[in-house]
Order: sequence, then structure tokens, then C-alpha cells
Amino acid sequence: MFGPLTVKPKNSKGDKTGSWRTLCRPHYLHKNCIACKMCLMICPEGCVSGKEKNAFSVDYTFCKGCGLCADICPKKDIEMVSEESNSEGAS
Amino acid sequence: MENRPLFKPGHTACAGCGQAVAARLVIEAAGANTIIANSTGCLEVFTTKYPETAWGVPWIHSLFENSAAVASGIEAALIYLGKKDTINVIAQGGDGSTGDIGLQAISGMLERGHDILYVCYDNEAYMNTGVQRSGLTPFDTNTTTSPAGALSSGNLRPKKPVPEICAAHGIPYVATASTGFPQDLSRKVKKAISIKGPKYIQVHVPCPLGWRHESNQMLPVAKAAVETGLYPLFEYEFGVLAARKQIIPKPVEEYLKLQGRFKHLLNNPGEIKKIQEIADNNIKKYGLKLEA
Amino acid sequence: MKEFIEGSHAIAEVVKSCQPGVISAYPITPQTHIVEDLAQMVSSGELKSQFVNVESEHSAASVVLGGSACGVRVYTATSSQGLFLMQEVVFNIAGMRLPVVMTCANRAISAPINIWNDQQDSISLRDAGWIQIYAEDNQEAVDFHLIAYRLAEDKRVMLPVMVCMDGFILTHGMETVDMPEQDKVNKFLPAYKPLYKLDTADPISMGLLADPDYYMETRFALQETMRESIGYLSEISKEFNNVFGRDYKDLLVEEYQLKDAEKVIVAMGSVCGTIKEVVDEQRAKGKKVGLLRIISYRPFPYARVYEALKDVPKVAVLDKSVSLGAYAPIAVEIKSAFFGKKKGPKVISSFVGGLGGRDITMETIHEVFRRLGAKEVNFDFVDLKPELLKEEYGE
Repeated sequence: MFGPLTVKPKNSKGDKTGSWRTLCRPHYLHKNCIACKMCLMICPEGCVSGKEKNAFSVDYTFCKGCGLCADICPKKDIEMVSEESNSEGAS
Repeated sequence: MENRPLFKPGHTACAGCGQAVAARLVIEAAGANTIIANSTGCLEVFTTKYPETAWGVPWIHSLFENSAAVASGIEAALIYLGKKDTINVIAQGGDGSTGDIGLQAISGMLERGHDILYVCYDNEAYMNTGVQRSGLTPFDTNTTTSPAGALSSGNLRPKKPVPEICAAHGIPYVATASTGFPQDLSRKVKKAISIKGPKYIQVHVPCPLGWRHESNQMLPVAKAAVETGLYPLFEYEFGVLAARKQIIPKPVEEYLKLQGRFKHLLNNPGEIKKIQEIADNNIKKYGLKLEA
Repeated sequence: MKEFIEGSHAIAEVVKSCQPGVISAYPITPQTHIVEDLAQMVSSGELKSQFVNVESEHSAASVVLGGSACGVRVYTATSSQGLFLMQEVVFNIAGMRLPVVMTCANRAISAPINIWNDQQDSISLRDAGWIQIYAEDNQEAVDFHLIAYRLAEDKRVMLPVMVCMDGFILTHGMETVDMPEQDKVNKFLPAYKPLYKLDTADPISMGLLADPDYYMETRFALQETMRESIGYLSEISKEFNNVFGRDYKDLLVEEYQLKDAEKVIVAMGSVCGTIKEVVDEQRAKGKKVGLLRIISYRPFPYARVYEALKDVPKVAVLDKSVSLGAYAPIAVEIKSAFFGKKKGPKVISSFVGGLGGRDITMETIHEVFRRLGAKEVNFDFVDLKPELLKEEYGE
């Protein structure tokens, strides 16, 4: 008999940390993106994905709204908008 | 091997955690053929609360001070199995588990020459237990066990020079890095992984909660530490200084004013002068000043 | 093949025959000869193992933890202070269900510092979740290491095992031992096939944080497996007998002259050899005495002890350790085997002796049988020197 011992990553879905957002969330303008991938690199959650210009997106199930992606974007193509606003990812 | 994330979202780090950024960059640079031995601390707690795990690579947590020894055992087992050449072994932990309680195990690992990369996530205090000072807490920092008050300006001791201690063991590669320079961190990890033998990388990781700054301020804070000379970025090879990031030095106030943990210093020019001396000594010692 | 061999060397030889992949130990008297021999065997090429010279026992245990987590058979050895220094790793290994095998060369605990034998060290770690078996002589010490690996690595068990042997008495004693041949070892002990391991082909996370919603079930599971191991010990003992021709019965206890015994001593380890001599002497004079030797201390065989002693009127438990501020450890277990039961000894007396290596002689055992009378001795030390207790300190 063993009880809770080990976990395989494929069996772990993660906590829905997107529910932590109370103030704001990142809104990708998809206008001036140069696909530098800095937003992808800097996200502490690793929930930014994308390859082509103007085609990067955030997984709002996990995004905590820390704002690092908006801060790092050299083209200011990411805005932190109010969590209440009517854009994609609104809960 | 299928393409799977090596550090998955859904972990419970604070929003804007510098250590989460660094940990993800480290394992992505090291790749899927890596086994990690992790010390107790923020990283371990927020990534592996049963039944969840954020790690897409084999990962083990034992105790607070023994990740270097556990990694030594993993490395020995891989050599015995004839698999060491294709698998990287990383031992990692915070500044507390590395420079204080775990220093003995690291020294042993370095002295024995294991083929292991040790990564220290330096947020400059025992953050997971509530921001208590560690041996790597900088001079004059306000922490819960070195609080600023009438009789004290915070932590009374200078930062323990753990990278230099590791370099003194004569190991092939020692480097400091910072989440303010994420690509440099990835480069250093890739470089370390390509070297056989013991390696040590210490990453400066801002902690929004412990350092008291907004969650989106990681980059300016981390950059300022480097650009004032307070957190020099350098590389040692076999105990000799081989490279450093040169800067146009900014006054230390540019760094201190960004964080609540130094708030008590801002109208104390006497203390700021002492901190400026520390920065100036670093600049001199490592040749950090970019000559025009 | 029979050899006249030093205990430590015999242990090194049997460990070699088990072919662990990672060995890590920190030298401490009286275990040093074991690890020195193993180092020699690795250096000569006789043993293909990774021998890791660590800087402390805490790291020695951590190294074997890491090695075992990768699915490799491992080995370590220690005593006394070393065991205490690695205590948190010892608990960690059991909690992570890794089949580590350790030799504990029983030695007294500081302070005062004392390098000679008693059983305080391993007994003090009885709560850790390790199976603990105690050898009476070097033949058992050798055989128990084979049994330890077989038991630890059993898929139903996956618990670490501590083989305890009295320091100096057994480790440095020369005895004739029938050393197991490699082909028989291979027959008895299959290669280790881990249930879980760190493997890049199938990643897992080990050593997670278990909050109040999850922790208690892991401890229940450990307790259940310990309980089940009482049966597995018998099973494995039969297998061992089939291959090596030595019968350890249920590997829980040894009954020596218990039939119709009126006075029985309960003890553990090498002192039982001396007790057997006294029992033989007294039996030859018509006295009905016997010995119940405890082999498996964890899991503790309460039911077996009850069966063995329920009709014995007077029992003396001789401990080589003490739980300061309370009763002697084995005496407590023996008493609790009978509590609330219909049958049992009228008297269970508790004696503590042999601490810090003070020799337990045949005269001591005669004295214990003498003191085992109608009046129960709640708790007493034997062979005490009262003149040493007249120290005066202060003004």
C-alpha cells in the first residue's frame, strides 16, 4: 500500500490561476508585433504562446495579470486592461 | 519524444515572481533530457503541491540542505547505468538552501567534481518562510529578522560571496546572471550544460512580495541591480575571472528607491554612502566600468 | 563456503555480491572497515559500483536517496552519531518509499562520547518507517543483508531496511561464516526492478508537498506495509532456506528452550549468544529457563511474542538502550503484547544493561535470572558501579 507518492506531469492539469486576476489582464493589440518573443520568454507562468507576427496570445486560464509581458514588449503592443472590460478572456 | 512544456503554467507562484521566470528559462535552456534535484523553498512549494506538478522533466525534492548531495547520487546512478553522457543533472534551490544550510553539501559536490549544474535562485532572503534574512541578504536590507529600527538600518552584514566561494573550488564554470537579462541567463545555462564537471550559476531573481515592488517591475528592478554595480554579472572559469558585463554605473539610489525593503534608507545619506562603497568596490574588483 | 573472517569484511563481501550501483558512506567507528573494504573492491575492479566519498553522513544518505530514486540498488552504512546526523534523510527515504539498505553498526550515543556497543542508535530511530532486523552473530549479519535487499525491493514493500549488528562485538569479531556463493545470491536476489524512478523517458515528480488533505494516508500506507511485512518476512525466510539451507523460521523471533520454561529473558542482538550459554548451563542443572530473541524489531511482532510467552510465568526483558524519562524500549513492547489479553506472564521485569559497551557477562545473566522473582522489577539497571555516582559538583 502506498498512498499519495509521485505525480506524472501528463496527469497534472495545474491550478486555474487565471482566477487570481482581480485588477487587469493583458490585451494583445496585434498591430505592431515584431515576433521578438520577449513576452513568451518573460511570462512567469509560461502561458504565452505564438510564432508569427501579431499572432501571440495568452492562456487566460492561467494568466495572473502580473503585467510583465506588457512591460517588456518593445513595441508597446500589449496593454493591461481592466479585468472588467469586455475583451477576450473576460471571465 | 513528444513536444511537451518543461515548466507548465498552473503553478502557484506570486504574480510576477522572478524565480518562476528564471526557473522556466533554466529548464528550457537545459532541455528535456534533464533531471532536477530541488531544495525546499518557494520554487519547490509552488510547483509541486500534490496532486499537481509544474515540471515536465524528472524532478525530485528531498530536504532543504541536500539537493547537491541528492544530485550527486543521481549523477552517480546515471554513470553506473551508462546514461550520464546524454542526461543533464541540475541541483537547484534558493539563496538560503544554497549559501547557508546547504553550503556543506555544495562544497562536497564541487570538491568531488560531479558533472552537475547547481543553480541558485538568489532573492536575497528566506522568502518561503516569510522574508527572513539569509547569508546572501545585502547590507542594510529590511527583512523580518533584520528589521530596520531605531538601533539598526537593517541587515548588518555584507552579502556572502557564494559565487567566489564556488570559484575558489577551482571548478570549470561559475557565473552570476539576472532575470533583468533573460537571454544572458539562457546563454549561460546552455554554456554550463555543455561543460563537463561541476558548474554554479547564481541568478538574481526579484521577489515582488519580499522586496516590496509591483508585480510588473521585475525588469527595471533587476536591471538596476546590475547597472549600479550592486549585482555584478561575471563568469569564472577554473577559478579565474573570464568575463563580466560592463556597465555605465548608475548611483545606487536608482536601485534602492524601486523597492520597499530599502525605503528606510532613502533619507539616510550615511547608509546610502556605505552601499555606494559596496557598489564601487564591485566595479573596481571586477572591472565593470565601461570605458568610453 | 566457510571462512574464518572479520565481521566487517564479511559484510563487505556480501554487499559486493548484491552488486549495488551506488555506495556512499561516511567513516565512523566501528563501521569503517566495511566501507574501506568496499572502496578497495571498487578500486580493484572486483565491484562495479559508483563509490561516492561524501563530506558527512547527511550527504551519504542523500546520495543513496538520489541513486535509489533513479532505480539503482544502493548501499550505505553508519553508526551512532552518523545515524543521528542523517536522521531527517532516514525519515525522508522511508517516506519516499525507496528500498535503501543500510548497515547500522550499533554504537552508544554522545554525550558522553563513547565508541562501544549498545543499541541506542538504531532504537532511537524506530519511528522512521525503516524495517529493522537485528543479528545475533556474523552469519546472521551476512544473511540478513541478502534478506534485506530481497525484502526492501519487493514490489509489495518498497521500504528501506536497516540491518543492525552490534559494533565491535560483531563488526570486529572473527567468526566462521558460511559466505554465500555468487550463483546462489543471484538465484535468491533478482535484479532490482523499480516501481517508480527518475527517467527522462517517463518523467515523474517525487517528494511533493502533501497538505493536510493528503499527508495522513501516506503514513497509514507505511504502517500497513509494515504490518504486512510481518508475513513477508516468513515468506522470504522460506525462500532463503531453499537456496542457502539456513532456516530463520519466521525471521521475527527465535525461541530458545522456551518449552516449559518458567523464567525467560527477552533480548536482541549479540548478547543472546551469551544468554544461550547461561540457559544451557542452567538447564543442565534442571532449571527451566529460556530465551526469546527478538529478530525483527520493526515491524514489532506482537502476536508472535504473545504466542511464545503467554504460558511463561516470569519474563525479564534485557534492553541495551533506554528511553530516558520513561521505560526501556523493548520492555514496553513486550508488556503491551499482553495488555488486555487473557493469558500472559505474571511478572515482566525490565532490566537495562550493556550501555556504552559495558560487557554483559554470563554472571550478569545469572544475576538477571536470580532477580527475576515473584516481585516485578519495574525498571532497573544491571552492573551499575555506585562508586561512580558519588561525584560532587558546585560549591
